[in-house]
Amino acid sequence: MRPFDYVRAEDTGSATEAARGGATFIAGGTNLLDLMKLEVMAPDRLVDITRLDLGAIERTEVGGLRIGALVTNADLAAHGTVRRNYPVLSRALLAGASGQLRNKATTGGNLLQRTRCHYFYDTSQSCNKREPGSGCAALGGINRIHAILGASEHCIATHPSDMAVALLALDAEVETETADGARRMRPLADLHRLPGDAPDRETVLADGELITAVVLPSAPRGHQAYRKARDRASYAFALVSLASVVAVENGRIARASLAFGGLAPKPWRDPEVEATLIGEVPSEELFDRAADVLLREAKGHGHNDFKIPLTRRVLKAALREAAGMEKPA
Amino acid sequence: MTTQFKMDAPQRPLLDRTEQGVIHRPLDRPEGPLKVSGRAHYAAERQLPGQVEGVLVRATIARGRLAGMNAEEVRAMPGVLGVFSDERFLRNPAQGGAGEAPVQGVREIFYHGQPIALVVAETLEQARHAAANLRPSYEEAEAQVDPATASDVDRPDKRRLDQGDLDRAMAEARASVDVTYTTPPHHSAAMELHASVASWEGERLTLHGSYQMLKYNKAELADSLGIPEENVRVLSPFVGGGFGSKLGISPEAVAAAIAARDLGRPVRVVMTRQQVFSMVTHRTSTRQRIRLAADEEGRLTGIGHEDRVYNLPDEVFSEPTTQSTHFLYAGANRRLGQEVARVNRACTGSVRAPGEAVGMLALEGAMDELARVLHMDPIDLRRRNIPDRHPEQDIPYSARRLADCMDQGARAFGWSPGSRREGEWLVGQGMAAAARINMVAPSEARVTLRGDGTALVETDMTDIGTGTYAILGQIAGEMLGLPVASVDVRLGDTDLPPAAGSGGSHGASSAGSSVFLACQGLRATLAERLGCEAEDLTLKDGVATGGNFRADLVDLLSGGDLSEEGKFEPGETADDASQAGYGAFFAEVAVNRITGETRVLRMLGTFAAGRILNEKTARSQCQGGMIWGIGAALTEELSFDPRDGHAVNDDLAEYHLPVNADCPPIEVHFLDERDEMSCPIQTKGVGELGISGAGAAVLNAIFDATGIRVRDYPATLDKVLAGLPD
Amino acid sequence: MQVDLTVNGVRHALDLDPRVTLLDALRHDLGLTGSKKGCDHGQCGACTVLVNGRRINACLALAVMHEGDEITTVEGLGEPGALHPLQAAFVTHDGFQCGYCTPGQVVSACGMLGEVREGWPSHVSVDLEGPVDLSDVEISERMSGNLCRCAAYTGINEAIREASAKSEAAE
Repeated sequence: MRPFDYVRAEDTGSATEAARGGATFIAGGTNLLDLMKLEVMAPDRLVDITRLDLGAIERTEVGGLRIGALVTNADLAAHGTVRRNYPVLSRALLAGASGQLRNKATTGGNLLQRTRCHYFYDTSQSCNKREPGSGCAALGGINRIHAILGASEHCIATHPSDMAVALLALDAEVETETADGARRMRPLADLHRLPGDAPDRETVLADGELITAVVLPSAPRGHQAYRKARDRASYAFALVSLASVVAVENGRIARASLAFGGLAPKPWRDPEVEATLIGEVPSEELFDRAADVLLREAKGHGHNDFKIPLTRRVLKAALREAAGMEKPA
Repeated sequence: MTTQFKMDAPQRPLLDRTEQGVIHRPLDRPEGPLKVSGRAHYAAERQLPGQVEGVLVRATIARGRLAGMNAEEVRAMPGVLGVFSDERFLRNPAQGGAGEAPVQGVREIFYHGQPIALVVAETLEQARHAAANLRPSYEEAEAQVDPATASDVDRPDKRRLDQGDLDRAMAEARASVDVTYTTPPHHSAAMELHASVASWEGERLTLHGSYQMLKYNKAELADSLGIPEENVRVLSPFVGGGFGSKLGISPEAVAAAIAARDLGRPVRVVMTRQQVFSMVTHRTSTRQRIRLAADEEGRLTGIGHEDRVYNLPDEVFSEPTTQSTHFLYAGANRRLGQEVARVNRACTGSVRAPGEAVGMLALEGAMDELARVLHMDPIDLRRRNIPDRHPEQDIPYSARRLADCMDQGARAFGWSPGSRREGEWLVGQGMAAAARINMVAPSEARVTLRGDGTALVETDMTDIGTGTYAILGQIAGEMLGLPVASVDVRLGDTDLPPAAGSGGSHGASSAGSSVFLACQGLRATLAERLGCEAEDLTLKDGVATGGNFRADLVDLLSGGDLSEEGKFEPGETADDASQAGYGAFFAEVAVNRITGETRVLRMLGTFAAGRILNEKTARSQCQGGMIWGIGAALTEELSFDPRDGHAVNDDLAEYHLPVNADCPPIEVHFLDERDEMSCPIQTKGVGELGISGAGAAVLNAIFDATGIRVRDYPATLDKVLAGLPD
Repeated sequence: MQVDLTVNGVRHALDLDPRVTLLDALRHDLGLTGSKKGCDHGQCGACTVLVNGRRINACLALAVMHEGDEITTVEGLGEPGALHPLQAAFVTHDGFQCGYCTPGQVVSACGMLGEVREGWPSHVSVDLEGPVDLSDVEISERMSGNLCRCAAYTGINEAIREASAKSEAAE
C-alpha cells in the first residue's frame, strides 16, 4: 500500500473540495483497501467520507425512496420499505458478499466497485484497465468469469455488483455533488461506461464528483425476483444474475424490466429485449425470441462460452416464473 | 528409562483391558478454551523484542534467469532495512519427510511465483510497499507450462504394474468401461498463512513456524542454511491447518532466518494469501484412464488405471494416484502406470490423502459406471469384488470392514437411488467406497508421572487440528489411570522427543503408540513398586491395584517424578498384511434444472479405521474430509495461465473452498474395529479416510439425478448445463 | 498519526501509520492476536470483529477510520474459565479443529445472532418480511462469510444453534 494523506471530511462540501486534483473517497473501503494492498489502486490522498450525513433512507415526494450513499448494504437490505416495495433489491443485496462485508460496504461504494478480473488484480499481468495500453491478458487467458456482452478488444472484464443490477431494473437514478457544489441526477443506466478503447474510465463521474444518494421511483407493479447462478451456494460473485420486474396484465406482458449481472462491463439492460416482450402473450417461443435479442451480439472467449446458454435459461426461467408458467419437462 | 518397541507382530489390545474408560470417549479438546477465546498463539503471533517484518517477492516469469533488481532504490525507501536475495533461498518447499533441503537458489527461475527476494523493513506497511516496488529484471527462457503437451515426461518404475493381460480381459469382458477422468490442480489453502519468526542467539536459531513434521523441518532448515542441526530449534505448538502444505520447510522460514542473521534482529515473514497459492505445494491435476472388465455377474476380471500428473523438474514426489487401486478390488489382469510431466508451474506435493484423494474420484466413478452397464446396485458390484487376499502381492488383509461399512451406511442413509423432481431441482443419490492405506512411522515421546499424581506427555508431535492434544492425553490417562484433566500434553517443540509428525494420517497411531509405550514402562515400574506383575496391574482414578495390593499413585511415587521414554518403530507387520482404513460414502444431491448448479442435501459416511481414540475429534476429521470431497466434486479448481503458468485464481474469493452454505450437516458413523497389525494401540489413520472417495459419491449422485456423467472434476454448473434439456 | 481506539471497553492512544488496518493495529500494536489474518482481503472472515455491535472484516478497515467506535474482539467475549456461551458451545460441539478461523467464527456468530434478533432476512429466507426461523440452512447462509478449511461446519452450526436456543430460553 502506497503512503497516502488521510483527510477526514466533515461535510460534502469539504469532501469534494478535498478531493480536487485526484483524491479518492473512502467509505466502506471493502474493495478500495483490497486493491490498495495490492497496489492496483494507489491514491495519494484518501478522503474519509464516513462522517458525512449521507446515511438516511427517506421517502421522496413522489412516493419513491432516496437512499443515502453511505447506507450500508446490510441496512438497505433489511429496511422495511425496501423489503416490502423493492424486494428485488433486498434479494440482490442478500445474494451478494457476506454478512460482514454487507455491514461495511455502502450504496455509493458498491456502484463504484471494480471488476474481479484476475488479471486486473495481478500487477504482474497486463491490463488495460489498470495500466492503459498494456494489453488485456484475460483474452487468451483464464476467462471463465468474463463478459459476453459489451466488452471490447481492450477489456472483457465484468462489473461484479449484485445491488446495481437490481437498482437498474428498478430505474434508479444517481445523485451526485461536484467539487463546485453542483448537484446532478443521472439515470443509473448512464453512470457506467463501456470499456471501448479506454477501459480505465469506468464511469462518467468527473474528478471529485461524489455520489450522495440513489433515488428509486415509486414501487413498480409486477413480480420482482433476483436470480443468481454462481460457483458456490454463497459468498461468490455471479456468473450470471438477473433482476426482473415483470408485470403480466390481461394475459399480456405489461412491464419487463430485466437487468443482468455477470455478463458485461456494467450492469446490463437492453431496451430491445423489453420491447420484444411488452404487449405480447407469454410463451416459450416469445421468451426464446427475447433471449435471441438479448444475446444477438454475445461473444464468448472460450472458458465463458457457457454464459450464453446459461443466460438464455435464466432469462426464460424468470419470465416463466413471472408469467406463472411451468418449465416444460 | 526407555521402552522400545518394533511392530513385528500383532499385539494384544491392552487398551481394552485398562479401566480408566477415557479411550474412545468423545471428550472435548483440552486446548479448546484457548482456541475459542483467541488465546492460542500461532506462528505469526510471536512478537519478540526488536522484531522486524519481511515480505517475499516472487518471480514473474515462468523460466529463465534473474538478471538483476533495483535493490538499491528499494533499500532507500522509508523503513527498509534490507533486501535479501540469496542462493540459499528455497525454490519451493521440501517434500514431506525429506529431512534435507529442497532445490535452492534464486538465480535460476523455474516457475512464475518462485520466491526470489525478501524485503525487510521496520513495519509491515513499509515492507509490503517496498516489496511491491522491487523490480527484478530477467533473461527469459522458453517454458513448458502445460502438462498435457510438456515434452519432458517421466514414467516412474515404482508406479508401473503389468499383471496378466488387461487388453485380453477387456476384449473378453461381458461388461466393461474404458473412461478418462480428470481432476484439477487443488490447493490445501489452510486458513493460517504460512509464517515464520526467526531469531538467533549466537549460532543458535529459533524458528517459530507453522509446520507439521518438526524433526524433519529442523533438519531441512539446518541443511538449507548449512548449519548443524543441533543449532536449530523449531516451535509449532499450534498450527492453523496444514493438509500437507506444511509438511516440509518452506521458503519463508529460510528467508526469515537468513535476514534475521544478517540484521541481528528477529524477522517475521508471513506469506500473503496470493503467495501461499504459488509458494507452497499444491496437488497436481490428474488425467486418469480407468478400464474395468467384468464377467456377467459383475466380477472384475481386469483393472487398468493409468494417470498423468505434473511436477517441477528435479522433484521426486509424484501423486500416487493409483495407490488404493492396487488393493481395493479383485481382478486378475491389471495394468497401472503413471506419467509425470515436467512443467514450469508451482511445485506439487502431498495434499490431504495424496493418491486416494484423486485416484478414488476416478475409480469410484468408473465403478458406478460399470454398475450402470451391468444394471447392478453399486453396493452389490463392490461387494462382489472384495478380494480374499491382496490381488497383486498375495498377502492377507488386516482388519477390513468395507462390506459392513457399505451395508450399515446404506441402512443409516436410507439408500434409495432414482431421480425425482422437486420444483426446479432434480434429486438423486450416489455412493462410493472409501479406502486409504494405513501407515505408521518412528515416533518418540516422554511421559512423566509427577509426584502430585498428575502426568506430563512431551513430544515434538504437532496438532494441526487433528486432535493430538486430546488423544495423547487420553492414551496417557487410560494407561496411567488418570482423568484427562490430570494429564498435560506439551507438543510442537524440537527440544522434545522427536515424533512422526502429522502427515499421511500416521500421527495418532505412531505418536499414540510412543505414548502408550512410555506408559507401559511406567506401569512396569509401578507394578514393581506395588509388588505385582505388570499384567495384573490396574490403574484407575489415581489408585493402583494388583495382586492383593492397593495403593494411591501418589504414595507409590513418594513425592518424586517418574519419567519414561517410549520409542515406537514400524516393523514386519507393515509387509505381512495389506493395511487400510475403509468406509462408504452416501450423498443426496439436488441439481438445478435451469442453471446446472448442484447442492448436496445430505451426506453420510460410515468408517472402519481400527480403534477410535476420541469419537468427537475423529468424527470432526471425517466430516472435514467429506466436505473436502464436496469441494473436489463441486467447487475447487486452481487455474494456471496457459501462457506463463501463473496461478490465476490465487485468492479465497476465486479459489472456491466450500463455504458453510455448500455443506449440509455431515453424518458420520464408526464401526467397532481393532487393527492388531497396525500398531500396539490398534488404530489406523482417520484424517484422510474421510476424503478418499467422498467426491465420487457426489458426482455419482449427479448422474443419478440427471443422467449426466461428469468426468471432469469439479462438476461446476457449466459442465452439467451442457447435458440438461432446454 | 494519533489514533484513539476503544477495544473491549478499553481506550488506547496509538501512533499509527494511516495505512495500518484495524486488524494489524489489533494484532501488532495492541497484542490482541485473537483476530486472525487468513487472507487480508475480506475473503475468509477470520478477522471478524464487532464494530458498534456489527460484525465486519477488520482486514478491510483502516484503524484511523474507527476512532470513537466500540470495537469488540474475541478476547472481549470471554476467556478460559469464563467463556462466552458461544465459545463454550464451540468447545462442546467441536466447532473447530485447527482453531485458526475459530475466533472469527465465534465473533461472526455473535454478530449474526444480533442480526437475527433484529429480524434481518437472509438470502435463503423464503419470506423477506416474516420472522426468522434459525434453521440449519439459515445458519449456514448467514455464516458463509467465515471459511473453515478444516470444515468444522457441522459442529459450528450445532454450537450456534445451541447457544442461540440457550440465550432465547434465558430471555
